[in-house]
Amino acid sequence: MTGPGLTEFERVVLPHLDAAHNLARWLVADATLAEDIVQDAALRAFSYFSSYRGGDAKAWLLRIVRNLAYTALDARRRAGTTSLDDGTTADGEDHPAMQVPDAADDPEASLARREGFARLDRALATLPADLRECLVLRELEELSYKEVAQVTGVPVGTVMSRLWRARQALMQSGTEGRAP
Amino acid sequence: MNKGECAEMTLLIQAGVDGELAPAEAARVAAHLDQCPACADTESQLLALSGRLRRELPFYAAPDALHAAVRARIAAAAPAPKVRSPAAPVWRRLSWRNVWPVAPFGAGAAVAAVALLLLLPTGGGLPDAVVASHVRALQPGHLMDVVSTDQHTVKPWFDGRLDFAPPVKDFQREGFPLTGGRLDYLDERPVAALVYGRRQHLIDLYVWPEEGRPDVAPTSDSRNGYNMLRWRQGGMMFWAVSDLGAQELADFVRLWRAA
Repeated sequence: MTGPGLTEFERVVLPHLDAAHNLARWLVADATLAEDIVQDAALRAFSYFSSYRGGDAKAWLLRIVRNLAYTALDARRRAGTTSLDDGTTADGEDHPAMQVPDAADDPEASLARREGFARLDRALATLPADLRECLVLRELEELSYKEVAQVTGVPVGTVMSRLWRARQALMQSGTEGRAP
Repeated sequence: MNKGECAEMTLLIQAGVDGELAPAEAARVAAHLDQCPACADTESQLLALSGRLRRELPFYAAPDALHAAVRARIAAAAPAPKVRSPAAPVWRRLSWRNVWPVAPFGAGAAVAAVALLLLLPTGGGLPDAVVASHVRALQPGHLMDVVSTDQHTVKPWFDGRLDFAPPVKDFQREGFPLTGGRLDYLDERPVAALVYGRRQHLIDLYVWPEEGRPDVAPTSDSRNGYNMLRWRQGGMMFWAVSDLGAQELADFVRLWRAA
């Protein structure tokens, strides 16, 4: 047998590492910091794992990621370095979706998609953090209201009103779903 | 429609779009939407926005190097380090009375018979780790780092990414086309993962070197509905894992070993 819980941890928690990285990346908008957060979160999750009592492992891991992300942002803010939302579009060329050629797209459709992404991405980046995290958890991580509430530590009703405010802001910023 | 009712509806309409409504509530919302063009418009805007967010925004999957780093750090942090059980005790447990010659008829049957006789030494958690890795790879966008049906593209892709050269073979004609490959991390080392298709199923074949160790015929195993076959050949360790039936996976392994 391997170390206590190691195999179980690999089976239960590690499948959510992509979700953890995605959340960290959207919360801190910095590729290097996001990876550091995921490493710390995974180690922390492993050391807490003996106290994990089953249930929603994805929400459990994402809650750790989210708390570490805000701690890291706070530390950075206190250190007076770059602002939180910088870099979201600056390194937009870096993110994986831009590097993988999509054979199904003709060049024009792909260009339209890039522009669409840039607009949506900017609009999302300007949202207050509490609204943005709800939207990312719901739309990109595909969590239920209950899971979003678990990750963010607020009641379901608050999740619903934050989601609505986030969506309203995006719809009013001219990035609404109508075809361009 | 009176404004009060619409205001009350907003969060319910959103909950409907998010798939969070119980049937009774959903029916109430649908009835309102039928009569209220403004709320119906809100719903269609919400649906369109949701579609765009999912379509246009990137999902930042963890890079392979991060997966590897996390696994390495966790393995290092585990109180009892992950130890591969030494080969010798397992071999000693094999009794020669149980090993009789298997005629090489019907290779599938032979594979199955041999599998009963020979046990491969493995780390206790390796089958779980292999299945976990396979399941993770099945998640969208994570299956392949190099997509190619050409073994002459896949093989050089691994050069410089691994400290060994994995053998790459294609079985397109036999109905197991090579579809790509990726780097993965198993048993505390980077490994090659070759991806094969079989109808709508996928096979991951993990390969890493175990030089100077004897060849061992395939051993089968299963976890959570996934079938596995592992064997050692020419100083390389192979693990094939798939949701394919055990017999078809054995056919694939037979092809691989014979080629």
